[in-house]
Amino acid sequence: MRYAMVIDTLKCVGCSDCVVACQTENDVPIGYCRDWITETVDGTYPNILLELKSERCNHCANAPCVRCCPTGASHIVEGGIVLVTAEECIGCGACIESCPYDARYQHPDGYVDKCTFCHHRLQKGQLPACVSVCPTKCMYFGDLDNPNSEVSLLLKNRKHKTLAPEAGTDPHVFYLI
Amino acid sequence: MIQEELFTSGRNIPNIDPSLEIWHWPIAVYLFLGGLAAGILFFGALIYILGKEDTYPTAVKSASIIPPIALSLGLLALVYDLTHPLYTWQLYTTFRIESPMSWGAWVLLITTPLSFLWTFSYYREVYPKLEAKLKVFNRFNFLKTVEKFTIKNRKNIAYALIPLALILGVYTGILLSAFNARPLWNNAILGPLFLVSGLSTGAAAIILLSKTKAEKHLFGKIDLGLIIVELALITHMIMGYFSGSQVQLEAMQLLVNGDFTLMFFGFVVLLGLIIPGFLELLELLGFKVPVVVPALLVILGGLIFRFVMIEAGQLTRFLY
Repeated sequence: MRYAMVIDTLKCVGCSDCVVACQTENDVPIGYCRDWITETVDGTYPNILLELKSERCNHCANAPCVRCCPTGASHIVEGGIVLVTAEECIGCGACIESCPYDARYQHPDGYVDKCTFCHHRLQKGQLPACVSVCPTKCMYFGDLDNPNSEVSLLLKNRKHKTLAPEAGTDPHVFYLI
Repeated sequence: MIQEELFTSGRNIPNIDPSLEIWHWPIAVYLFLGGLAAGILFFGALIYILGKEDTYPTAVKSASIIPPIALSLGLLALVYDLTHPLYTWQLYTTFRIESPMSWGAWVLLITTPLSFLWTFSYYREVYPKLEAKLKVFNRFNFLKTVEKFTIKNRKNIAYALIPLALILGVYTGILLSAFNARPLWNNAILGPLFLVSGLSTGAAAIILLSKTKAEKHLFGKIDLGLIIVELALITHMIMGYFSGSQVQLEAMQLLVNGDFTLMFFGFVVLLGLIIPGFLELLELLGFKVPVVVPALLVILGGLIFRFVMIEAGQLTRFLY
């Protein structure tokens, strides 16, 4: 089992519904969020390209945050999901410094928090909150180890990229381009 | 026509993005104090093992008061910078071989008490007047037993302190270089560089406290050597960025042609290394130079170096 998220940048309109759904589902304190939208304009006028995408923790296979964590609070569970155990986290910030995606933040209660791929929902057989609410259905979630899953087929048939692959983290959030 | 990225929106998350710079002055102060303590402990233990503690008494005896104080203050600064400090004990429920911070936590747990024992074993010898006033040994009899034990085991403590001090000194740099998300930090030379800088500040502190000419002379020589090595390592660090990837080139700009240029080349390299190195050289050649000046400059330069690296490093990143 290897969970991955695939996001179609050609379909995303940047409505931020995923952000609000995550904040609601995971009780994220006001002013913080576990996922966010970026808008990139590329090229030279008049040949410019606008790209909208929803970003979050990439649940890397080679996760620097897990490597740097001195207490083992950051760990990888089945399916390759990177989680933080709040009761083991001392709030040292090593994982925040080590994340090329800046996907982690210090929760006002002290511990470090981030996207969990809605681990609690997956255990009930539900999709992550962000994926389930997306109005343009540009987000896909599934098992990369299953060659017939929706995400595997999309990655097989469509051009895609990951963020900052040069950081060497083997990220598992993919963007269709 | 050249393609250029015109615009990327930031993430606009008011409570996260401005506070991604999450390591503040306590970390820089701690890295400095850790390096200083490592330097003094290393020289003290080494000179003791070589059997020269009476020729160079400052390094072994009187300067040994600095490491326990520096490490205690450093540890306080570290805990102060945690956001979940009540869970600090979680560091000691596990040892994570891949995490430099875990190494540091365990090394500090062993080194700090050893540094206390080391300085305690010289307490009555170095501060007889203070003891005559306080009379703690008369009041608490068990202290005599502890003193006897520490004096008997000085050699063992010294043998333990040498590798511990080296690990402590290197770890303050590896701590930063392990973060592949911060291109300014992510280079292998930071470990040796911080070690050499720590040893150099340690030698400078011994010069400051020393009363004999021979000892000032020896540590002046050691410090000069360390300064030359440090300058070479800094050159290598810059060369490494220069031949590195785009993110490293951008990181280098901060030091070479950016907000930190004056701090780095002016205060760290020129005032903290080249000028004190030159003054120490003059002193060794027989000119009359008050050695306090280069020693203070080296210590100040070491402190500023930590601040520059901590502040600048957190500005460098891969995305946005």
